[in-house]
Amino acid sequence: MPLTQEDIKRLREKAKEIRKAIIDITFTAGGGHIGGSLSQTDILVTLYYKYLNIDPKNPKWEDRDRVILSKGHGGLGWAAILGDLGYFDKALLKNFNKTGSPFGMHLDMLKVPGCDASTGSLGHGLGIAVGLALGARMAGKAYRTYCVMGDGELCEGSVWEASIIGAFHKLDNLTAFVDRNKLMIDGPTEEITLLESLNEKFASFGWEALRVDGHDFNALAGAIEKARTVKGKPTVIICDTIKGKCVDYMENDYKWHYGGLDSDMRDKALASIENFYAKA
Amino acid sequence: MAEGMTWSIEEADKLTQAEVYGRVLTQLGEKDPRIVAMTADLAKSTKIGAFEQKFPERFINMGIAENSLFGIAAGMALAGFKPVVSTFAVFAALRSAEFVRTDICYQNLDVKIIATHAGISFGQAGSTHHCTEDIAVMRSFANMTVIVPADGIETGNAVAAAMDWPGPVYIRIGRGFEPPVNTRADYGFEIGKAVTMRDGRDITLICCGVTVLQAVRAARILETQGLSVRIINMHTIKPIDREAILKAVVETRRIVTIEEHNVMSGLGSAVGEVIAESGKACAFTKLGIPDAYAIVGYPEDLYNHYKIDADGIVEAVSALMGREIEEDENWDDET
Repeated sequence: MPLTQEDIKRLREKAKEIRKAIIDITFTAGGGHIGGSLSQTDILVTLYYKYLNIDPKNPKWEDRDRVILSKGHGGLGWAAILGDLGYFDKALLKNFNKTGSPFGMHLDMLKVPGCDASTGSLGHGLGIAVGLALGARMAGKAYRTYCVMGDGELCEGSVWEASIIGAFHKLDNLTAFVDRNKLMIDGPTEEITLLESLNEKFASFGWEALRVDGHDFNALAGAIEKARTVKGKPTVIICDTIKGKCVDYMENDYKWHYGGLDSDMRDKALASIENFYAKA
Repeated sequence: MAEGMTWSIEEADKLTQAEVYGRVLTQLGEKDPRIVAMTADLAKSTKIGAFEQKFPERFINMGIAENSLFGIAAGMALAGFKPVVSTFAVFAALRSAEFVRTDICYQNLDVKIIATHAGISFGQAGSTHHCTEDIAVMRSFANMTVIVPADGIETGNAVAAAMDWPGPVYIRIGRGFEPPVNTRADYGFEIGKAVTMRDGRDITLICCGVTVLQAVRAARILETQGLSVRIINMHTIKPIDREAILKAVVETRRIVTIEEHNVMSGLGSAVGEVIAESGKACAFTKLGIPDAYAIVGYPEDLYNHYKIDADGIVEAVSALMGREIEEDENWDDET
């Protein structure tokens, strides 16, 4: 089922709210992984507000779809969504990064309702997701497992170990995303290492490999729906994204992998987001 | 031990630790359908493959991918299963340390790791396959329980007990056949509760794993020299039995620890921490592999080389009996 105009309007509105929340949380937190939180937003918004079978009032519901944010540094953006969905009182996000808060930069599943695994150490999420997907099949459960990876973490050998194992076990209940914003901490990925061609890499590892504009809700929805129909292998959706998306002075600048905002920068960021969504 | 998690093997004293483990795990698999067995191309070597024979649908071989082995085990635990994972100790504790720590211990997941070929039990293989650091690494992970069984029978007891023990457990066993210390399984094994193998007044030997048998042999020799030797089998390194150590400090005032591990940060260090905190004077020495990579050789030769066999223990005890310790005038308030 393609997205309706109503769906797209709703997802856009949510994405705008989440991006503004990311700016607000970064401001009060004193700093955060803002660039990658903004690049992943449309992927997570499409999943959480359209496709996931979840119940925020019952975060441990055993039949829920699972989400593993393997790029755990996107925890700030993820927390904004979990708070919006009512997994916890979103007013708590004012304490993000604060001493004794349940919210550190990388979410802890024992402290944050809705967080299905504690991530942050790159290259770990896909293995956990493969385990969940294998476990779901073994237990006869119908839930799906979604794993969102950063592109930089694809340097980790463990990602490719898990890719082999996931393909070997024909885990068609597993969908991975790559937030392909093309920047890592020290600069552009292709200036530091050789990631491309990612489609060919994953395909040669036995995965269904799709590539979409990671800020296009229709394209994301089409790929997520396609992944649900693929049989006998897991699917990866490589999402071309823009680090810092919607904040003009952050877009495509690797220096905004992590940063803090003063009130002036916050206001400019919020204005930039408003401006982006004011366009048709 | 909860009802159900029991095991029974005839002549377990004639099997290696790993053989007992494989058979016991298979028996426990009958009782608990949540148990899944996982390895990384070491099904035969670790004997976890016995489980596969009986429950192929609950057995997963990752290929040679130890990091994913532990990451995927974490995912299986999150999916409601009880993964039992086996590989060589050197890979579990060193190559995959961060996966064990972050994916399993940090999330406090119900994953049981039975690591084989620990210490210098695969002595001929060289230092790439020795593992004299795993106790140190594993006991430093919050939420992790660390057990070093003395022989096959104790391995069976430890594996069964681990299935009912909450959270992650690391059980360290050897490679080949080692003569057993225990002849019966019903001696009251409890995680965190040391076993006093014999009582004594003059000195206490605190040991774990293969060194328990060596301590028993040493004690027989020392008895002929007129010494009354206490032997504590400290099979659980974490949580350690503080009470047994403090009692030994007060009652014997001399303690030797013996382990098939680097003397840094293993059993000896764990015991030493308790002694130091007690504030009581105690003559203390640690036997084990020095802070160096072990030489190549057959395990029994290496035990002798590193003086963790009976002869080495006798030598160390003789030296320690001659060491002066500061008298404490308040002995009476301690007993």
